[in-house]
Amino acid sequence: MTDPTTERSPKARFDSLSGSVDERLYSQMTLIRQFEERLLQLFEGGELFGTTHCCIGQEADAVGILNHLDERDIVFSNHRCHGHFLVYGDRPELLMAEMMGKAGGLVGGRGGSQHICYHGFHSNGVQGGIVPNAVGMAMAEKLKGTGGMAVVFLGDGTLGQGVVYEALNLASLWSAPVLFVIEDNQWAQSTPVEKELAGDMVARGRAFGIRSGEITSTDASEIYAHFADIVASVRETGRPRFEVVHTYRLCHHSKSDDKRPREQVEARRVGDPVPLLARRLDPSVVARLDAEAGRRVTEAEEHARSLPFPDPSTLEDSLVSAR
Amino acid sequence: MSRLDESERELNVLGSLNGALHSILGDDDRVVVLGEDLLDPYGGAFKVTRGLSDAYPDRVLTTPISEAGFTGVAVGMAMRGLRPVVEIMFGDFLMLAADQLLNHASKYTWMYEGKVDVPLVVRTPMGGRRGYGPTHSQSIEKHFIGMPGLVVVAPSVFHDPGALLRTAVVDDDRPVLFVENKLMYARPLRRIQGGRVGDMAARVDDARYPTVTLSYDDFRDADVTLVAYGGMAELAARAAERLLLDDEVVCEIVLPSSLNPLDLTPVRQSLARSGRLVVCEEAAPIASWGSEMIARVSAEAFDLLEAAPVKVAARNLPIANTRDLERAILPQESDIVAAVTRAIGSHTTPVHLAG
Ligand SMILES: Cc1ncc(C[n+]2csc(CCOP(=O)(O)OP(=O)(O)O)c2C)c(N)n1
Ligand SMILES: [Mg+2]
Repeated sequence: MTDPTTERSPKARFDSLSGSVDERLYSQMTLIRQFEERLLQLFEGGELFGTTHCCIGQEADAVGILNHLDERDIVFSNHRCHGHFLVYGDRPELLMAEMMGKAGGLVGGRGGSQHICYHGFHSNGVQGGIVPNAVGMAMAEKLKGTGGMAVVFLGDGTLGQGVVYEALNLASLWSAPVLFVIEDNQWAQSTPVEKELAGDMVARGRAFGIRSGEITSTDASEIYAHFADIVASVRETGRPRFEVVHTYRLCHHSKSDDKRPREQVEARRVGDPVPLLARRLDPSVVARLDAEAGRRVTEAEEHARSLPFPDPSTLEDSLVSAR
Repeated sequence: MSRLDESERELNVLGSLNGALHSILGDDDRVVVLGEDLLDPYGGAFKVTRGLSDAYPDRVLTTPISEAGFTGVAVGMAMRGLRPVVEIMFGDFLMLAADQLLNHASKYTWMYEGKVDVPLVVRTPMGGRRGYGPTHSQSIEKHFIGMPGLVVVAPSVFHDPGALLRTAVVDDDRPVLFVENKLMYARPLRRIQGGRVGDMAARVDDARYPTVTLSYDDFRDADVTLVAYGGMAELAARAAERLLLDDEVVCEIVLPSSLNPLDLTPVRQSLARSGRLVVCEEAAPIASWGSEMIARVSAEAFDLLEAAPVKVAARNLPIANTRDLERAILPQESDIVAAVTRAIGSHTTPVHLAG
């Protein structure tokens, strides 16, 4: 099921796919979209338990950024991590099993939607604290001399956390090879950006002497091209970069909790990254990629359903790692 | 000066810890030390890290005043195969890093089903009696003993603090909070030799972080079991000596070095001889380690108790700066003596004694 040469390397996997860059980016985005739409259906049907944060509308960030990483690299994501994981790991069945709380899920049902781990990929649902963790991981790779780097994702709202600035300062002081990606979707839960954030986002990174920039786009190819140089420069210089992606969330924050003005959300649908890219592709290719992704999501669901729930007798397992 | 001189290292807790850090850094290049003002010639606020940066400049990192940030960085380093040792300059500042310990370091291994380790040590001086006032004198480890996944270790002069630190850094793959009572730094080690220390018989169990039990009667009989840790260990030993000489009361002293997880076995063994429990700690008294000890003994070893347990702790107040007030707030040797007397006199009434 998995190819050992591409299992840990999004870049190698992306390079091994057939088709144009646009087609390959599209194949990943349609997988993320259909996966999350299936999740929401399963929640509505009462088949999933707890909560989840979908990235519908923001898929272009995941595919545009993470396909540049290789097997040496580390990702730290947050609560909105499905898209990031699916690009990094390409294992929808493991994530689906985790969502269903099954043994054999990414972390055996212990973490659920926002606390997952797979090779160099990690996520945690507490806003802010992952940012110094990612800096430390990048520092470790640097001290070990592996050539690896880290990417950490944070939202506009998480720019409110003080520890983020401690981490930026440390990353710059110590030259950690880490890329801070700010996914500015204009909202933090129910709070619009103008009520949560004063001043300039990009200037925050610059203030620490970190090369910082921004892109306003939901176009996956544009983001993919934009981040090629950024990832390469983190690796070459061993210095951090700080990059803001201005985007928009087209779904609820978690589930059925969207109180944003309807007109605003509807107006942003023109930027929906999935149809945006589909329009540039041959419709028959789009149909094929959609069908393929749909089939994978169905297989993931069936696989997850077939797994048992974890046995409470395993609760004391993994108090220390198996490594 | 690159190191503490040999005699100092032999003699006191500071030297023991400093020597251990030197040797750990020398033995294992995965070890990294981070904290505020660590660099030589200053060498750290309490000098536990003195000489380290001169000897290992690449692996001793002085940090900005960012407890959450650099603890979080150390967590990430630990997750990628390094063995970081973080110093929090005063234990009182640990709350700034609490989210990193609670929602990050102590969670990752179990939450990720064993896919990562977090072999992190956060060491920090705790405690008062030095006139540092309300925000530089506390013993707040009690707030961290209830976190699943976080080990809390506190050596005393009767343990080998350097050996415990080495175990935490090199042999323990779990995150460890390592609590150093700051008054203890200048105190000589009380080495156990041939099963004795001073006039007391001594037993050390074979736990990874051992419990030391001391007896004035060769473990034959005892009137009271005193349980203490860290800086309270010596106070308990002095109180026990006074009680023996003045009142012919025989105490056994049980000194765990692992506050969490907590092994009750040595306490039970001593209570089987004494039937009376006095728990001594420097922390404020509410929801404390001593409360947990008394709760567990009452629930798990009620049959061994002949009298209500007694707790000696600080007053439920901030810690004052000026000497007489600080003394009145923190538990003293005389409070332990009084508690033992109460325990011997009491049969049913629970007593809470504050300093
Ligand atoms: C420390 C902390 N505070 C609050 C929350 C609850 N919470 C979860 S997501 C979220 C909004 C985050 O907004 P943003 O950073 O913009 O990310 P987005 O959800 O938009 O992707 C909040 C408040 C949390 N998870 N952690
Ligand atoms: Mg947001």
